[in-house]
Amino acid sequence: MTSTTLAAVPAASPEAGFAARRRRKLLVAAVVFAAIAALPYGITDVYLQNVLILTLMYAALSQSWNILGGYCGQISLGHALYFGIGAYATSVLFVNYGIVAWGGMLVGGVLSALVALALGWPCFRLAGHYFSIATIVIAEIGLLLVHNWDFVGGAMGIQWPFNPDSWWTLQFARDKVPYVHFALGLFAVVWFVTYLIEDSRWGYWWRAVKDDAQAAESLGVEVFRSKMAAAAVSAFFTAIGGGFYAAYVSYIDPESVMSFRFSLLFALPAVLGGIGTLWGALVGAAILIPLTEISRSYLGGTGSGIDLMLYGVLVMAIALARPEGILSLFRRTRSARNQEATP
Amino acid sequence: MTAQALAQVLASGLLMGLIYALIAVGLSLIFGLMDVVNFAHGEFLMLAMYATFGLVVLTHLDPIVLMPVVVALLFVLGGCAYLGVVRFAMRAKANQGMVQIFATFGLAILLQGAAQYAFGTDYRNVPGSWLGGRTLDAGGVFLPWPQIFGAVVSLAAFGGLHLLMSRTDFGRALEATREDQGAVALVGIDRNRVFALGWGLGAALVGLAGAVLAVFYYIHPQVGASFALIAYVTVALGGFGSVGGALVAGIVVGLVEAFTAVILPPAMKSVGVYALYLAVVFVRPQGLFGRL
Repeated sequence: MTSTTLAAVPAASPEAGFAARRRRKLLVAAVVFAAIAALPYGITDVYLQNVLILTLMYAALSQSWNILGGYCGQISLGHALYFGIGAYATSVLFVNYGIVAWGGMLVGGVLSALVALALGWPCFRLAGHYFSIATIVIAEIGLLLVHNWDFVGGAMGIQWPFNPDSWWTLQFARDKVPYVHFALGLFAVVWFVTYLIEDSRWGYWWRAVKDDAQAAESLGVEVFRSKMAAAAVSAFFTAIGGGFYAAYVSYIDPESVMSFRFSLLFALPAVLGGIGTLWGALVGAAILIPLTEISRSYLGGTGSGIDLMLYGVLVMAIALARPEGILSLFRRTRSARNQEATP
Repeated sequence: MTAQALAQVLASGLLMGLIYALIAVGLSLIFGLMDVVNFAHGEFLMLAMYATFGLVVLTHLDPIVLMPVVVALLFVLGGCAYLGVVRFAMRAKANQGMVQIFATFGLAILLQGAAQYAFGTDYRNVPGSWLGGRTLDAGGVFLPWPQIFGAVVSLAAFGGLHLLMSRTDFGRALEATREDQGAVALVGIDRNRVFALGWGLGAALVGLAGAVLAVFYYIHPQVGASFALIAYVTVALGGFGSVGGALVAGIVVGLVEAFTAVILPPAMKSVGVYALYLAVVFVRPQGLFGRL
């Protein structure tokens, strides 16, 4: 799995083992998702349910980022733009035109994917830090534009009207369990898409682009089209997440959905858990989000900055201690075990 | 636009541009030396501003007199940041780019938290510099003295940096390490020491910028973030690693910002700078003076 060169395309003979491995991954996923779906019935505390919702949402968003950043190796630090497009499209369509969030999220997703393609065309010519800084700058321009655009509420933002609890409008004032299930569903969908892509031709192309774009190009990989496709898929799901967030918190303004810290928050869980892996984003989010939320509410209330210091040290420590991500801990033990087994 | 108004915008843009150049040059220096983007650069600036504030409150001296102390403190901070964090990030065998981003980003959050812990979240101003609040009236063009002073300090710093890089052994070691990290070890240069000193120098330069800025700008734990993005854009515009490029790009950024503020609402003054950055790198992906 770690070797991602083109030579790793499976040959015909071990196909049966390959298919079995793929089925096992699906089975594991089904068990994990069922277990998480049952969680809110055991955890009835509203505060903890909120932490669970945010964890699942950031896991989904980080997995979306992972599609472009982890699999295709294009380090975007501007995904807050797509998050914002999703949140704003959903809010404007619902508040101004009465179109429910399901439709709004879809519109936001498609819009985001189109924007990603339009921006990718010039941006994917840039390499390394020039690319990352261009993504930051573009997201920042978006933030400034929304800030000064009265049609979408300008600096005031958009307040959602209160409606009775219903899955149709995706509004639940009293009950948080439906939000847990929606966020879980979103993560499951992004996970499944990643799972499908991982062993498709696109998946192999993307990882080849990540490892060495020039070598991949010389072997016939369509580098530019690979990056564009990854960006579109990644932006689509990030916008869906933005639409969900808007429905969940019922109020958005430019800073609360498009500021730079969101772009980092989408990348961080995948990096901590292990980039370019199926479960890295969820593992990273499950550690990072509860820690930040809980330390913020117990240490940050006084504004003393202790919660920030703790968070900073945590980010540094994980980045330095496990460059390959937390998931690699388990992989290493397994490969070590295999090594012991073979004399 | 009258000739006088034009001169006013040009002069303000130029002064601010020179200060932007001083903020950015340390970042460019460190990148050129070892291919690392320091995401805590803005926080170095913020700490230098707080250091100025704290020293003025403690000693009641003028912030200009205290500048060397702030620069020395930041030099130590930069060296420590390399020895304590970045050195380990460079040893990572996997995902080195990501590790560097997030190690320095974690450092940035830690420093923000530390500043908030020590100074709170109130907006602060450095009290009582004899420069503060004075303006120069040059034939109807009004220029604040703190910014003139900052621009002069910036030019002096660039001059000094040029001499340091071209005339001293340390400068030559820096240049050699930048050219070929492996080969310098063969001629007896300790790579780690050069890197630590390079980080010290980079931080000292942004420390100088912070000390200058503190005289006329508010101080807040998050103030670094707003300057950091301008610094990244400046460095990338000039070309990563190019010291002269940082100077030219800083001036360009200051001028473009000043002219954008005339055309667009002041809150959107950065849009012009960002648009210019995109326009330049789309045409020249390595920035104005960068090497590919």
